[in-house]
Amino acid sequence: MLEFWRLFCRNRSAVLGLTILVLVILMAAFANFLFPDDPFRLAGKPMSPPGEGGFLLGSDSLGRDVASGIAHGAKTSLLIGLVATLVAVCVGVIMGALAGYYGGWIDDLLMRTTEMFQTIPSFIFAILLVAIMKPSIESIIIAIAVVSWPAVARLVRGEFLSMRSREFVQACHTIGMGDIRIMLGEILPNCLSPIIVIGSLMVATAILIESGLAFLGLGDPNIMSWGFQIGAGRTLLRSAWWVCTFPGVAILLTVLAINLVGEGLNDALNPRLRERK
Amino acid sequence: MSTRILNIRDLHVALPRGSQRPYAVEAANLHLDENEILCVVGESGSGKSLTARAVMGLLPQPHVHVAKGEIDFLGEDVTRVTDARLRQIRGSEISMIFQEPMTALNPVMTIGVQIDEIFRFHGKMPAKERRERAVSLLDDVHLPDPARIVEAYPHELSGGQRQRAMIAMALALDPKIIIADEPTTALDVTTQAQILKLIKDMQAAHNTGVLFITHDFGVVADIADRVAVMQHGKVVEAGPAAEVLNTPQHPYTKALIGAVPSLTPRQPRPRADERVLQVQALTKTYRSGGGFFGLGEKERVVHAAKEVEIDLRRGETIGIVGESGSGKSTVARCIVRLIDAESGRILLDGKDLRPLDRNAMRGYRPKIQMVFQDPYASLNPRTKVGRIIAQGPVIQGKDSATAEARARELLDIVGLDGNAYDRFPHEFSGGQRQRIGIARALALEPEVLVADEPVSALDVSIQAQILELLDEIRDRMNLSMVFITHDLRVAAQVCDQLVVMRYGEVVEAGPTGAIFADPQDAYTKALLGAVPGKDWSKKSDLAAM
Repeated sequence: MLEFWRLFCRNRSAVLGLTILVLVILMAAFANFLFPDDPFRLAGKPMSPPGEGGFLLGSDSLGRDVASGIAHGAKTSLLIGLVATLVAVCVGVIMGALAGYYGGWIDDLLMRTTEMFQTIPSFIFAILLVAIMKPSIESIIIAIAVVSWPAVARLVRGEFLSMRSREFVQACHTIGMGDIRIMLGEILPNCLSPIIVIGSLMVATAILIESGLAFLGLGDPNIMSWGFQIGAGRTLLRSAWWVCTFPGVAILLTVLAINLVGEGLNDALNPRLRERK
Repeated sequence: MSTRILNIRDLHVALPRGSQRPYAVEAANLHLDENEILCVVGESGSGKSLTARAVMGLLPQPHVHVAKGEIDFLGEDVTRVTDARLRQIRGSEISMIFQEPMTALNPVMTIGVQIDEIFRFHGKMPAKERRERAVSLLDDVHLPDPARIVEAYPHELSGGQRQRAMIAMALALDPKIIIADEPTTALDVTTQAQILKLIKDMQAAHNTGVLFITHDFGVVADIADRVAVMQHGKVVEAGPAAEVLNTPQHPYTKALIGAVPSLTPRQPRPRADERVLQVQALTKTYRSGGGFFGLGEKERVVHAAKEVEIDLRRGETIGIVGESGSGKSTVARCIVRLIDAESGRILLDGKDLRPLDRNAMRGYRPKIQMVFQDPYASLNPRTKVGRIIAQGPVIQGKDSATAEARARELLDIVGLDGNAYDRFPHEFSGGQRQRIGIARALALEPEVLVADEPVSALDVSIQAQILELLDEIRDRMNLSMVFITHDLRVAAQVCDQLVVMRYGEVVEAGPTGAIFADPQDAYTKALLGAVPGKDWSKKSDLAAM
């Protein structure tokens, strides 16, 4: 673990990303403490510029506090990003592992299914799903998970396919080990690194998709999110720039931070890069 | 008096800081004359390849670089010349043949274009003449139908043909020195013999000096005029081939030559009557193509094993020998039921294993165990050694305390330290890993051990130790073994019986001694005739007697 930490710290930008990410997480965790009021509450004069009328980052057209919205929105974004990714990774790993390990008609069936999902542009597919299911936080998570798992399935299938014929796996067959145990106990630990890396990057994509959906008015109407804030402020872009800008910066920084961390994980976990000093 | 064309003096090649040793090559002194083959021999990590690469200026700079010393090529120090001059020298005056012709050739360019490149980079010649030269070069290296091969892509040629094409390229500009880095290691033994002869002929015809890197003393005996032995980056012994091979002075050279398995089969042992494993009419075919649900291209069928028969008696070792693609590994994997054979019978103590499904097979798994070829791929890098060994008994229903005790005992039997139990595979060397692999196979107390090329990935001195270990275990546990190998020297030392395979079929079978003394099949004769260094071995065996 210490060794892993040392390798991770060798990548400066990954440490920077991790710092930003920790700050965002802290902001989300202490949102209720920093801004105890409901972020939808009309807190004061509408369209106040940053720093005026007691608004740190200004207020929007209805007088809602932008800073409060960002802090509470961070909760939504991180929650959706994490849960959707977790679901997508679980589904993807199961599909990919079965397809890669068994091959044959199982592989054909699962991979053709995966391809069917991949042929539809993911954002449009997500819009479609949310529109069908009614906008709510669950439907958004489901929609994001449904459009994200095929990438994981493809990756895991490739890893399993190459591991399946490795001699140490064959050695497990010769001692009579069962399939499930070989898959979970022997092969999966050897492909954890790429799964962790793709998972971390998927969190970033999930946050972007969620923001996009909320921007289009397909977010959960009862929950504050960054995309909703940008959507609400887009008509005021020229008269009140701060309404869109600060949530946008929040998305940018969070996604960038997660990408940097993902890259750092890749560097630290990939044994081939590890040799490169 | 021939001219000295290459003189390496006090060469030091530095490794990056934090490596095992400061210099990959240390104070090496070598020289090469015109019309001479100098073999540089050593085990992996001896610095022999880096020495060759230093001459070509092909070291992976800046991590690995020449720290001291000089490489004098006809009065010019190639470690100090400009890059432009170095490019001139490469290809036209010093050229190189690599180990793996498939990766050394560009897969998307035809052989003709790749030869053409050499002429284009080194001087002007009209296109038509260049092409004629290319064809005549391919003809010189005895490639059939050179006009067709000029148009061929590397994947359309066989391994031996590719290596011939590489040699043609190396000879294109009539260089003074050819550096050959293990040029025959990736080839089958019969092809190897042809390529060695070709290199020797070409060298004599062109008066070239050849710096030949190899790990195989058999090859050295066949081809070398002079030999230099390297160990841990130092040249420990150098001299005329006959002297070094027959009266080695340095203890390391003596040990290396002593570890080369003799070609004289060992004393036959009496054959037991009890049949442990009988393989009857085993057939396995591979189908490729066929595509999506039977659509797509036409199916191709390859017979990997065809009506193979093996009769293994209690306590004996049967060797399956053959070249790559002969189906010997397929047979091994069919016997341990890693792949399913189509037809035939695999009788273990009279019970046919072939039709059993996975669950029914589980009970018989402990009786047949396997040792794999590649010690780096056969152990799960994320599992501790102790668990790797103890896993088998646990799965077969032993409690974990018994399994652990057994694993510790086995570590001792295979000659590993007890604290290996809690370490990961990557902390061990290749030979030690192979010992772990053997311990894993023995953990289930098998009756039959199937060993698929268990020593071919190891250095010769380690190879001797592992063979000794296998022998000891076989006697101690009364094991019967199926030993797959491509190396007839190893087969001679290990196997009581031999099965020679080609294209999936058994061409000859019988006691090792009888096959070595009087091979019946033409292919067996060719195999035995192609073993490198056989004349030298015979001589030294006679001397030993």
